[in-house]
Amino acid sequence: MVTGYSPVERAVRLWLPVGFFLLVALFPFYWMAVTSLKPNAELYNRHLMPLLVLHPTLKHYVDLLTQTSFLLWTWNTMIVAVLSTAISLVLGVMLAYPLARMRFAGAGLIAMTVAAIYLVPQPLLFIPLADLINRLDLGNTLSAVILTYPTMLVPFCAWLLLGYFKTVPKELEEAARIDGASRLQTMRRIFLPLCTPGFISAGIFAFTLSQNEFLYALIFLTKSSVRTVPVGVIAELIRGDVFYWGQLMAGALLGSIPVAIIYSFFVEHYVAGLTSGSVKG
Amino acid sequence: MTSRSEPVVGVVRLARRAVSISGWLDRESVFSWLMMAPPLLFLAALVGYPFLYGILLSLQNRPVAHAGTFVGLKNFANDINDLIFWKVTFNTFLHTAAATLLKMVGGLALALAMNQQFPLKNLVRALLLLPFIVPTVLSTVAWMWILDPAFSVLNWFLIALGVPKPGPSWLGNPILAMASIIVINTWRGLPFYGITLLAGLQTVPPELYEAATIDGAGGWQRFRYVTLPLLQPIILIVTLFSVIFTFADFQLVYVLTHGGPQNATQLFATYAFDIAMASGQLGLGASVALATFPALALLILALTIYLRRG
Repeated sequence: MVTGYSPVERAVRLWLPVGFFLLVALFPFYWMAVTSLKPNAELYNRHLMPLLVLHPTLKHYVDLLTQTSFLLWTWNTMIVAVLSTAISLVLGVMLAYPLARMRFAGAGLIAMTVAAIYLVPQPLLFIPLADLINRLDLGNTLSAVILTYPTMLVPFCAWLLLGYFKTVPKELEEAARIDGASRLQTMRRIFLPLCTPGFISAGIFAFTLSQNEFLYALIFLTKSSVRTVPVGVIAELIRGDVFYWGQLMAGALLGSIPVAIIYSFFVEHYVAGLTSGSVKG
Repeated sequence: MTSRSEPVVGVVRLARRAVSISGWLDRESVFSWLMMAPPLLFLAALVGYPFLYGILLSLQNRPVAHAGTFVGLKNFANDINDLIFWKVTFNTFLHTAAATLLKMVGGLALALAMNQQFPLKNLVRALLLLPFIVPTVLSTVAWMWILDPAFSVLNWFLIALGVPKPGPSWLGNPILAMASIIVINTWRGLPFYGITLLAGLQTVPPELYEAATIDGAGGWQRFRYVTLPLLQPIILIVTLFSVIFTFADFQLVYVLTHGGPQNATQLFATYAFDIAMASGQLGLGASVALATFPALALLILALTIYLRRG
């Protein structure tokens, strides 16, 4: 690349746009944090400079954790995210491995179908699914979402893993086959242990998507005791026309933290998965 | 002798059969289909079946908790005569086109700005992706508060800059409400565009820029004739993804405006939800949801063909 810009030129070409994007991207999070720490007297006083907190308080957090079911919702969200991610990874591998390694009639068709299913958006399916869940008597159980999230996550994991599997060299598997290992043994003992980075990428994506899901949770979970964080926050912290903004922002911030932590640990895997051109935007 | 050899032959036969079963299981096609059967059955039951069932529902008058009666295409005829349906169609296309365009232009700008060497670049990249990874509902609540009618922080700044009190009613005015939805959708999706295009930019060989510079190309020409053509495939894929999922957006609108004011921000997903879940007319709701299918099917087909990993 061309280098050697003057400091002024560098400021205009680099710091100005990057600074602008950072400011816009992060302001809502800053605003969540500031709001959640303000006492109500400051929150609803239009004469004060809004960007600063004069008398920070944890009252909204205490209220959120003691007067609402936020901790229960967090627990529910974790259970749902972990289980649906696990199911999706296992089923995703079972789809992706044959598609990546075997030659059989129909492979191309199956790969296309998986890609197409992965692109079918939820709004096309939620009405019949709601009826199905009712008939199966799964309404207001976590099973309803643990079963339905993988409908999005399985094709997604399969697609991402398929891309990853194809980058893994075949020699080790061929050697194992020559030594007499069955296909199943080759896959389980030789191949899958080589694919940990792929599993981490797919796993983080599936996990963040489950934490993010709203429509199915909104429809299937109408009792407070089974709600996930996004639905709980929307359905119960917004009470009629009265908004408890301090609590709402505290909930929004706390609800974002698990995803943000997981993401920060595996950000390189996340970006690798993102840029393999196989992620919804 | 013969009596003793009999069982031995049997064992050998059994062993042969075992070998042949494991041999059969080891055939590529058998192994593949057995392995894929559970996920395929799962998807058939929870995607394929609901999809077909949705078509059936759209042909029924089906109130919640009642049996449906077959009404043919009456629901679709209803949609065609429904003014709100056409408003929703217009809204959805406007929202998709505007948000996608903003994400594309903004994402490209972000990628170009980030495609320079500077300290803490990885940290900046991680922070820029936050709007994309944080649960949409939760960040939308923050936006709701930023645009609050009485305590909007945005209006506090506008008023400080001389805009007459009380400042714009962001979610109360039909045009401003739609603009707000488009901007917030862009805020959420732009990092995905930007970071993906950045990865694309990093694969452009520097020699190409050097050659173009030697040939006398300026900054704009290098961008126009080197960068853009090489990025084109990535831009196309990202755009198709973005169009599909902007088209089907639900959470942002549901939380921020519930489709209001006066259906000004109602999209297909929220409208179908209102009819099916709030009014309990599953059949009519299914017909609204299915009305998006032709457009979606074309997009999905285009992207699937483009993505084909063969």
